[in-house]
Amino acid sequence: MELTQYSAYELSTMVGKGDIYPVDIAAAYLKRIAALDKNIHAFVHCDPEAVLKKAEKIKTGRLRGVPIAIKDNFCVKGQPTTCGSKILKDFRPPYNATVIEKLEQEGAIILGKVNMDEFAFGSSCETSAYGPTHNPWDITRAPGGSSGGSAAAVAARFAPWALGSDTGGSIRQPASLCGVVGLKPTYGRVSRYGLIAFASSLDQIGPLTLDVRDAALLSSVISGYDPKDSTSVNIPVPDYLQLLGENVKGLKIGIPKEYFITGIEDGVKNAVMQAIEVFRKLGAQIEEINLPHTEYAVATYYIVAPSEASSNLARFDGVQYGLRVTKGEKVSDSGLIDMYMKTRGEGFGQEALRRIILGTYSLSSGYYDAYYLKALKVRTKIGEDFKKAFARVDCIMTPTSPTGAFKLGERTDDPLAMYLSDIFTISANLAGIPALSIPCGFTPENLPVGLQILGKPFDEQTLFNAAHAYQQSTNWHRRKPAMAQK
Amino acid sequence: MTYEPVIGLEVHVQMDTRSKAFCGCGTVFGMPANTQVCPVCMGLPGVLPVLNEKFLEYAIRTALALNCTVANYLKFDRKHYFYPDLPKNYQISQYDQPLAGHGRLNIEADAIKKTIRILRVHMEEDAGKLIHTAGGSLVDFNRCGMPLLEIVSEPDINSAAEAYAYLSQLKNILEYLEVSDCDMEKGSLRCDANISLRPAGQTALGIKTEVKNMNSFKGVRDALNYEIGRQEQVLRDGGAITQETRLWNEEQQKTFSMRSKEEAHDYRYFPEPDLVPFTISDETIAAAKQALPELPAVKKTRFMAEYKLSEYDASVISADKYLALYFENTVKQYHMPKIICNWLMGDVMNFINTNQVNIKKLDEVLPVKNLVAMVQLIDNNTISGKIAKEVLAAMLTGGKDAATIIKEKNLGQISDSEALEAIIDEVIREQQKVVEEVKTGKDKALMFLVGQVMQKTRGKANPQIVNTLIKKKLLGNA
Amino acid sequence: MSITKDKIIYVAKLARIRLDEKNLDHFTSQLDKILSYMEKLNQLNTDDTAQTSHVMGLSNVFRPDENTASLSNEEALSNAPEQENGHFKVPKII
Repeated sequence: MELTQYSAYELSTMVGKGDIYPVDIAAAYLKRIAALDKNIHAFVHCDPEAVLKKAEKIKTGRLRGVPIAIKDNFCVKGQPTTCGSKILKDFRPPYNATVIEKLEQEGAIILGKVNMDEFAFGSSCETSAYGPTHNPWDITRAPGGSSGGSAAAVAARFAPWALGSDTGGSIRQPASLCGVVGLKPTYGRVSRYGLIAFASSLDQIGPLTLDVRDAALLSSVISGYDPKDSTSVNIPVPDYLQLLGENVKGLKIGIPKEYFITGIEDGVKNAVMQAIEVFRKLGAQIEEINLPHTEYAVATYYIVAPSEASSNLARFDGVQYGLRVTKGEKVSDSGLIDMYMKTRGEGFGQEALRRIILGTYSLSSGYYDAYYLKALKVRTKIGEDFKKAFARVDCIMTPTSPTGAFKLGERTDDPLAMYLSDIFTISANLAGIPALSIPCGFTPENLPVGLQILGKPFDEQTLFNAAHAYQQSTNWHRRKPAMAQK
Repeated sequence: MTYEPVIGLEVHVQMDTRSKAFCGCGTVFGMPANTQVCPVCMGLPGVLPVLNEKFLEYAIRTALALNCTVANYLKFDRKHYFYPDLPKNYQISQYDQPLAGHGRLNIEADAIKKTIRILRVHMEEDAGKLIHTAGGSLVDFNRCGMPLLEIVSEPDINSAAEAYAYLSQLKNILEYLEVSDCDMEKGSLRCDANISLRPAGQTALGIKTEVKNMNSFKGVRDALNYEIGRQEQVLRDGGAITQETRLWNEEQQKTFSMRSKEEAHDYRYFPEPDLVPFTISDETIAAAKQALPELPAVKKTRFMAEYKLSEYDASVISADKYLALYFENTVKQYHMPKIICNWLMGDVMNFINTNQVNIKKLDEVLPVKNLVAMVQLIDNNTISGKIAKEVLAAMLTGGKDAATIIKEKNLGQISDSEALEAIIDEVIREQQKVVEEVKTGKDKALMFLVGQVMQKTRGKANPQIVNTLIKKKLLGNA
Repeated sequence: MSITKDKIIYVAKLARIRLDEKNLDHFTSQLDKILSYMEKLNQLNTDDTAQTSHVMGLSNVFRPDENTASLSNEEALSNAPEQENGHFKVPKII
């Protein structure tokens, strides 16, 4: 079997036994990327020589020699880090994100940076300034977003796993659309230090993997308190992999009726209902629950997230790094304000501009109370819904996305319609709770469907266990797109 | 019509911590450009702030010393504006829930005592520095992220002298607390002023201007005096004050309008999501209050009561923490507070001021025991007060003790009657005419003879003994 | 609340963004639609609801007052679009 067909866990085990060498794994993936990524465009930066050199040197670590694809919004020292934006053209951070440090400490090999919606603004990977990524299941379709490059890279077996970030579904939705596993951990579980911020109070880093076991392994490595992140929580991280169980007898699963009403494709609904049936057969108790403020989540999210984004993105101004647009060749040719206006006007793409304007508006004098403050209050109500629900059930199951992968270009014209498609994923970010998406079937067009499992804060283990039990008795996660058959 | 100036001061004080407010970079002044920086204080993409615990500790200490109410809950907010010295284009500051408020500071100016209320004290990060050149502006981020305390007074100040007194008092307190070096020239204490005039007796405020760019205490006083005069002239000429920011020009001793088209401020404050809120318990506040050192005002009162110093002397000695400490150490060894106070306020302060001596290091320049020994030598008549001045000067410059200097320079007072009698006899021989006058009982003549003896001994003779000896010789009594 | 083109111009200026006429019209109509959707939130009474700024409710997170390594001047300026004498150089502030 090709090395690129193994899971990360299997690769690490084989390296540990001395059956294979890290450099051979790296070479196999690099070869595959070189041959096939022209059709997918998952990678925006990959330096094969440097990767091989590193793979030759690596001697220790739990993930020794296991390659990983990194979303292009993580700072990797000396490597191009562009966030899918023209405004960060040629930016090479002088420091590593905490998660990158952790991966390197465990001997993981960074294969390169993968594509994303510009600054993670989008759910199709089409807002990237470096061109869209294609879905490995159907290259005329979007991989989802914003971690579309991460999901596509894993689905296409360009990497055994990838790191993504999730602000409103940016790991789970592309995982769902590409047929892979994706976890958004509890807010505060993984250090955000070095993740280029979109919306600070919502962003979390998580894994995109082939199966739940890999998700548990990668989560164990990247999680934990970081003194560099005031919002990271100082409670111990369980060894998710060691504790991985497969017994769901008596597990109380809540099904929120608000998630099964409008706009869901039948194919998605059927697959999810069947998945829930699998859990029932495995001995879980299924209960209908209410999350009454679900319908306000999109409005709340699209105030909170752009407001924070408008602030976080204020720093991209052409002073210290990245793009600078001036009238002439030299700085003296134009004034400062002029440089700001041009650099930002030309450096940001349409969706980024739209969100900066929207966010600036909702924070501006006279509007703050009506928009931002109101949204923070509704956010409390959404959080309370989950608290009430989790008093009754252990986890909640919903579809991850209302549809399967959509055609490239299909949704770019209507931002509001695009925003509304995030309806199932954003509540977890607003409430800060963990949420996992796993493959649970296919639409009639043979497009993957994802099942979302939401859990209590810091109870990722329950999600892993439920999902692992499911994967032990189903084969959806073993299905591969045609281009990844061998 | 007379006008009353109404002034409010906004003071920024850099807290003297080892590391910056939200990162571990150093806080040393005068480092080469962009060498005391890291991804966090440069605001690079992806970085996060973490609050320096010392910063909060110092801030609480300062707020309590200013008699403020310290909040039990505080949070940080982002304040947005674009400027190249502000790398994130927002400043981490505090908006609607500042550290503290409702404070007061007692001052005395032009012999009038009054209380200036303090509106708020909040924590924030400093910006970088810009150098403007012909071809553009150069940015140095070394100062970026330094921990600042903003102390805003109510508009209770009514003259430049009061503003000066407020600043001096504030500086004294901050130095007492050891939270800032308060050096205006290094920028660790900065002051902006809001100033307006109103007809005396009117309660409504006039239109104000904001005066910036004052780089010394004297600069603040001069700028405010100028601005008061300027506004008064405008009003007397029937004009109206323009609400604007004006910059003080030290060389020309004038304020000038910034004349920039300032857009309306819309800072878009919102709670800083990267920093969690902070709670300060009543116990913490009480403990911090308990741990405050004795502050200048209290110390002054105690000095007046305990050492019987005049109010003026007590306020001068207590203004500086280290001078007060030195004073008390000296008095502990030799309980002559008034005399020691006089020496400190006179010759010692003169020397300190002329030679720019750091009062903190006064004990190194003039060890307490040396000053004590010198005062004792005066009291036991080894040297006169006049000689003592010479001895003190030598002690301050040479570091030797009084006894050594007296010995080396042969400055000891001649109290030995035999040695003095020879000189007295010489004077009597030379001043026969005066001697006759003395004999007729003229005190003035007696003083003249004493003076002659003093002159011949170059001041070293003990005048009391000389007096006695002359009387004995000429009048036969003592 | 409906949004006007003037307001978009004001906001774009606050955000230091130059928008061309086409984008200006485009954004005005799009944002108007989006903001109308946000009106939904006013259906909810939040008078007695606290705001959520920090979802995990942490407080009092500090770092000790200790020095950590700074960047060298070369590292600090490694991405500078323009530099002079160890400084970042920017156009004149007019």
